[in-house]
Amino acid sequence: MSAAAVAAPTLTQVMAQALAIERAAVERYNALADVMEVHNNRPVTELFRKLAAIETQHVQQILAHMGWKSVATAPTVWGLLDGPESVPEEHVHYLMWPWHALQLALGAEERAEAFFARLAETAADEAARRAALELRDEERVHVALVKAWLERTPEPGTDWADDPDPPRYTD
Amino acid sequence: MTETLCPPAARTPADYKSATKPVWCPGCGDFTVLASLTRALAALQLPPHEVAVVSGIGCSSRIPAYTACYGFHGVHGRALAAATGLKVARPDLTVVVTGGDGDGYSIGGNHFLHACRRNVDLTYIVMDNHVYGMTKGQASPTTEPDWDSKLSPGGTGVRSFHPLVIALASGATFIARGYSGDPGGTADIIAQAIRHPGFAFVEILSPCVTFRPEQRNWKQQVRPASVDRTDDAARAARRIMTDDGFNIGVLYCAERTQYPLRRERVGGAVAALESEFVL
Repeated sequence: MSAAAVAAPTLTQVMAQALAIERAAVERYNALADVMEVHNNRPVTELFRKLAAIETQHVQQILAHMGWKSVATAPTVWGLLDGPESVPEEHVHYLMWPWHALQLALGAEERAEAFFARLAETAADEAARRAALELRDEERVHVALVKAWLERTPEPGTDWADDPDPPRYTD
Repeated sequence: MTETLCPPAARTPADYKSATKPVWCPGCGDFTVLASLTRALAALQLPPHEVAVVSGIGCSSRIPAYTACYGFHGVHGRALAAATGLKVARPDLTVVVTGGDGDGYSIGGNHFLHACRRNVDLTYIVMDNHVYGMTKGQASPTTEPDWDSKLSPGGTGVRSFHPLVIALASGATFIARGYSGDPGGTADIIAQAIRHPGFAFVEILSPCVTFRPEQRNWKQQVRPASVDRTDDAARAARRIMTDDGFNIGVLYCAERTQYPLRRERVGGAVAALESEFVL
């Protein structure tokens, strides 16, 4: 498992952790876009690429805010198996619809919100606490945005995964 | 975690990926193992041309094509044999061997034993999903005896192979277990394995969502090993034999003489080589 949670994170540690979370999300969305591209699921490919681009903007915002060029020592997320904002890769399907992808993205944003809320409770000082709460609030905004996006997205029927000739091989 | 800020690293994980997109089933754990491998190589800042990824046959054995390192997609079960030859001939290369449980423990089982015994400086990553995925779901050496499927109704009834115990008994000097759903932790284990001087064996639980969809639940079952690694083989044996297969981390790490042994050659290099072939 990744590094254990820091008992009382400082401002720098909170922001480095935010950066690690956003980077992990970018990596996962791009990987899933590649998966969907290989399986010719174009709408979901496009959606995952869009989500990767949004998370990349968040990475850039954190770097600019902190005046960092890079933080080489924050590669992992503390105390968790996977980044809280990373979509779990085992729940994708080659026939999934954009609606499914957005459901996964919603779960990721909600986990990130909860993560930063917990981080604020253990912050070392007021500056670190404020930063964690700000990050929590940003994730809360993202949750609302994804929910709104979902409302505009058609919901699949119960037969969305039906395939009379499923590709049960990798060649 | 330290707070040291430093300039951008010369190489990022993306620098170790090829332009070829993986064709694994969506949801396959091998995607994250690939991501962990590239993260580990980036963490170590190894030049891609000084790394060789060698594999056998199977879904997971496709990994060399997805990296920007040198690669060899070999024959079934023979990855360790090819990698051993490569490392002995080119000790300057970092040689990473990848494959699955079917490839490594069944047809490649004998090579596995002797690679552990020889202690050549290799890193062997096995993506274990307890099934032959590429050939449509046959039971593998690590499949549970009661796993019921169309190809083995009621289960095989055959006791599962225990790769970590076998590795320890055969002389591997670094033994770890990872989980594909833990990309950061797995990358860290792989980096440690590559740095380890000698044969490093990393078993990674990597779900096959197509033929073993129940393995999605592994996420709820894995946990960090509750005790630190040991260099005491007897303690490691007790620990590995009594765990439930879901403790992750480096479990055993020790030092032992590596193969090939560094012997002083007598006379010129060519003459010495010739003498080794005299009957």
